[in-house]
Amino acid sequence: METIYWEEEMETLPRAGLESIQLKRLQKLVERVYNTVEPYKRKMDEAGVKPEDIQSLKDIQKLPFTYKDDLRDNYPFGLFTVPMDDVVRVHASSGTTGKPTVVGYTKKDIELWASVMARALSCAGATKGDMIHNAYGYGLFTGGLGAHYGAECLGATVIPASGGNSKRQITIMKDFKSTVLMATPSYALNLAETMEGMGIDPKSLSLKVGIFGAEPWSENMREEVERKLNIRAVDVYGLSEVIGPGVAMECLKSSGGMHVFEDHFYPEIIDPETGEVLPPGEKGELVFTTLTKEAFPIIRYRTKDISRLFYETCSCGRTLVRMEKVTGRTDDMLIIRGVNVFPSQVEHVLMGVEGVEPHYQIVVDREGNMDTMEVRVEVSEGIFSDEIRVLENLTKKIQNDIKDILGVTSKVKLVEPKSIQRSEGKAQRVIDNRKI
Amino acid sequence: MRVEQIAVFMENKSGKLAEITSILAENNINIRALSVADTADFGILRLIVDDVEKAKKVLKSEGFTVGITNVLAVEVPDKTGGLASVLKAINNEGLNVEYMYAFVNKTGENAVLIFRFEDMDKAIDSLQKEGFTLLSSKVICSL
Repeated sequence: METIYWEEEMETLPRAGLESIQLKRLQKLVERVYNTVEPYKRKMDEAGVKPEDIQSLKDIQKLPFTYKDDLRDNYPFGLFTVPMDDVVRVHASSGTTGKPTVVGYTKKDIELWASVMARALSCAGATKGDMIHNAYGYGLFTGGLGAHYGAECLGATVIPASGGNSKRQITIMKDFKSTVLMATPSYALNLAETMEGMGIDPKSLSLKVGIFGAEPWSENMREEVERKLNIRAVDVYGLSEVIGPGVAMECLKSSGGMHVFEDHFYPEIIDPETGEVLPPGEKGELVFTTLTKEAFPIIRYRTKDISRLFYETCSCGRTLVRMEKVTGRTDDMLIIRGVNVFPSQVEHVLMGVEGVEPHYQIVVDREGNMDTMEVRVEVSEGIFSDEIRVLENLTKKIQNDIKDILGVTSKVKLVEPKSIQRSEGKAQRVIDNRKI
Repeated sequence: MRVEQIAVFMENKSGKLAEITSILAENNINIRALSVADTADFGILRLIVDDVEKAKKVLKSEGFTVGITNVLAVEVPDKTGGLASVLKAINNEGLNVEYMYAFVNKTGENAVLIFRFEDMDKAIDSLQKEGFTLLSSKVICSL
């Protein structure tokens, strides 16, 4: 099978050439950010580093990290480097508390994003002849629109299916002869089951490959979805703070891991405790610097995702570094049906309900192929009533607030005081029973 | 004319009712009447006891969430149509019942109906106007 490239020269560049491009871009980026974004300048001054100190790629280690909290502190547009007139789009994802994390794009950023996503689609063997069924959610979430623009950039036909209404999606997939499916892996499995229920044999569809991401999934899940949908399943990685989907992508000949489009997104693996950069192949926290983005560049962003980097050339011919499938998080973020959820956000919602005390626990499970989230709330005197109706209205209110603010459906269960396990006086906030 | 009722939150788990009643028994608290309202996940146990303050204290110390609410205790003769006569009056007065339960007193002559109304003041006025006997906490405890 011949490898399909989107930008062959860049994707197969020998490392020395690639590093020289990366360094030039990094120097330009640091110079621009230092001179246009006050919070970056302040942090660099505090660290005693000036743009001219970046003389080699290794010098990136002199630059301070950027954290999700930096985005929150500069909410909504404080870290943008261009006037709002030049910003053509914003996206947002969940922050650690009430406020979302906002990112912006210039026209050129949107083009860049489309081109890296087109590269990603090419990694999966997609071409302009394909019918791409995009079941990522459209909206503030970067998944839907990111994949959409990439598919259009590739010249393929894109079906903007978004999430939900599985039966209709399957009918469309069958009738339109979709060849590529883009979705969260759990939604893909949900589609497979719905198909089974409708009595449709996946072999009767035209699907050949699935591009799955936005939530953790295991090799077992890959086998399951490949078998049930009769397709090849490949992994895509991205996060809105960096650009969205299209930061890294697995290829069909994968020697393990996803190709990081490192001419645009410079990856490092660090020890999350010390912040030291780790040698290639070692496991640690993934950190990204965007080398070419205009509106919202980011320097040494702590993703909190745990991974490894492999620098050997892949059997597909790409020289781009590969990142291992994300194997965990350094923080307590949960990904529920593709939605990022921080326990602190749930706490924030609960504290907004009068009388509720912060005694809660989040229980995550997987029923069939769908993640479920149950929020257990201890009933204090402040919210207790002798009337069922009052307590039921309370659980409904909390459920609605969580849905409104976090964008995820949950079940709220009232429990007796002190029934939530506490270890050494500290409550265990999250129980994740999913076997991924 | 109001009677204090104790309400206890319980998860829908086996042994909960036994646990609560045992705590009351160990503390020599006598239960006059009780009812359980339940959903799939939880229940609310409502009790008329002879010592409300003590019951609240001991249950709270065992970690339960306890509330005290006012209810009305209406005494009717324990004969056919006793309950119907009260409910008819309630309906005529346009009173909204949140919940109710009943018990028969020791002598077996009268039944006591426990009501929680949306508008308690209006309920007291209406029931007294209609000539029904409202029992006080003291009377209930001595039954």
